[in-house]
Amino acid sequence: MAKELWKGNEAIAEAAIRAGCRCYFGYPITPQSEIPEYMSLHMPKAGGIFLQSESEIAAINMVYGAAGAGARVMTSSSSPGISLKQEGISYMCGAELPGVIVNVMRGGPGLGTIQPAQGDYFQATRGGGNGDYRLIVFAPANIQEVVDLMQEAFELADRYRMPVMMLLDGMIGQMMEPIEWKKPPVSPDDLPKKSWATTGTKGEREPNIINSLFISPEACNAHNHRLEDKYRRVIANEQRYETNDTDGAKIIFVAYGTPARLARAAAGILEKEGIKAGVFRPITVWPYPYEALHQVAAQESVKAVVTVEMSTGQMVDDVRIGVNGVKPVSFVGQAGGVVPTPREVANAALKALGR
Amino acid sequence: MAYHEIIVAGFGGQGVMSIGTTMSEAAMAQGLNVSWLPSYGPEMRGGTANCSVVIADTEIISPIVLEPSELIAMNQPSLDKFEPTVKPGGLILVNESIVERKVKRDDVRIVYVPSLEIASELGNMRVANMAMLGAYIEATKFLKFETVVDMLRNIFTSKKAHLVELNEVALQRGAACVRL
Repeated sequence: MAKELWKGNEAIAEAAIRAGCRCYFGYPITPQSEIPEYMSLHMPKAGGIFLQSESEIAAINMVYGAAGAGARVMTSSSSPGISLKQEGISYMCGAELPGVIVNVMRGGPGLGTIQPAQGDYFQATRGGGNGDYRLIVFAPANIQEVVDLMQEAFELADRYRMPVMMLLDGMIGQMMEPIEWKKPPVSPDDLPKKSWATTGTKGEREPNIINSLFISPEACNAHNHRLEDKYRRVIANEQRYETNDTDGAKIIFVAYGTPARLARAAAGILEKEGIKAGVFRPITVWPYPYEALHQVAAQESVKAVVTVEMSTGQMVDDVRIGVNGVKPVSFVGQAGGVVPTPREVANAALKALGR
Repeated sequence: MAYHEIIVAGFGGQGVMSIGTTMSEAAMAQGLNVSWLPSYGPEMRGGTANCSVVIADTEIISPIVLEPSELIAMNQPSLDKFEPTVKPGGLILVNESIVERKVKRDDVRIVYVPSLEIASELGNMRVANMAMLGAYIEATKFLKFETVVDMLRNIFTSKKAHLVELNEVALQRGAACVRL
């Protein structure tokens, strides 16, 4: 099939429609406003619902409602707006509702800046809302991956009955690259029927109740352990990552999203200076591919692991967990909308080697 | 190996972004890899805007261009900002109509294009950016004029079909500035 040039944000919206998403609720915010803009035009044409809510809080609760009724549903926002959605996300996890949430990250904290950043990593992977919950979090680094993962996100949300987050930086949302629409996504019809959804009893069954409230501590404890079992299955089955030139490398860069591309440019600089460097790129940042990272870092050739982020250092905690002390781990990054340069990243590697 | 890292910069409303997307579409049609990255910010008509385009016959590593191999400067602030960043041996295309100074660098190739005069002579100010693109195509010789003209035929259909020829002439007039 011929390649098409797509902007990240618009590609996300189109991928969602192709994946059978028929409800979009959201509120505009830079740098993701092309998502609701695209949805406002194309979702009605697909026979779906586009609704610009009065706030981000309203939007996530509309997602909760539509998911409860069995619909394929999504919302999108950027960092400050995602903060507003945290309560709803926690409730969705408690009530085991599937849905896709897109965060096109900008600089923070607070209103911050509209330029690209990655300061929401802790919020996405550790839970910005209350309670023991997890989200599957995809972190694509190019537009092809954006559309492939967006289509898969809906499938995984349905299979595990949990929200899936697409975690992008503003750069990925704004840039254009050629893509191919590959295999069609798994249709909701080919997945287990949503027998739990509140679709009306028609007098034929007991009512379904969707709730995250468990008054009895024993019942709430049991519910938490059931969620834990589910999260263990996700950890066992859904870790994704990519490696570039990591075999026999002296330096391992670890980065997700745009910084992974900068790290590869930095590896190119180091190669010209006679130092072999590779890049380990988590594609799921939850579940985090700890063991795969450990294997790469533990190679005899590796002298140092350097984490690159558009933040002041968040994923580096996961890198330390994965590397688990077998090699020194250091960090380089910029925050607030400033993107580190490949030279800066390469210099951080030289410093890690004591040069 | 071809690896073009391009910055197109100017005022909002000068067609800066569309020069970038047209190049990207044309390169893609010729089977090359491309990325297009806009500057985005609290900008408005008359403010500054730029986009970074990478075109390569290999995988594109980073879409961010810090040291362009080619710069298209549509106004003076853009030339002031990006002239020092161009790679030695690179190319600077200057919109001579409104940029009031010459390029200071002596280690790059320079082409001046009177884009507004060309557009004015053709009777449509909106084709000024196509004159710049024509000069770029001629100076770098990896995109084909036929590819761009085919794209124009797909964009301008029925009532707008007459705009294909106008844009094509603007491309050629821009290209002629390189041949001087």
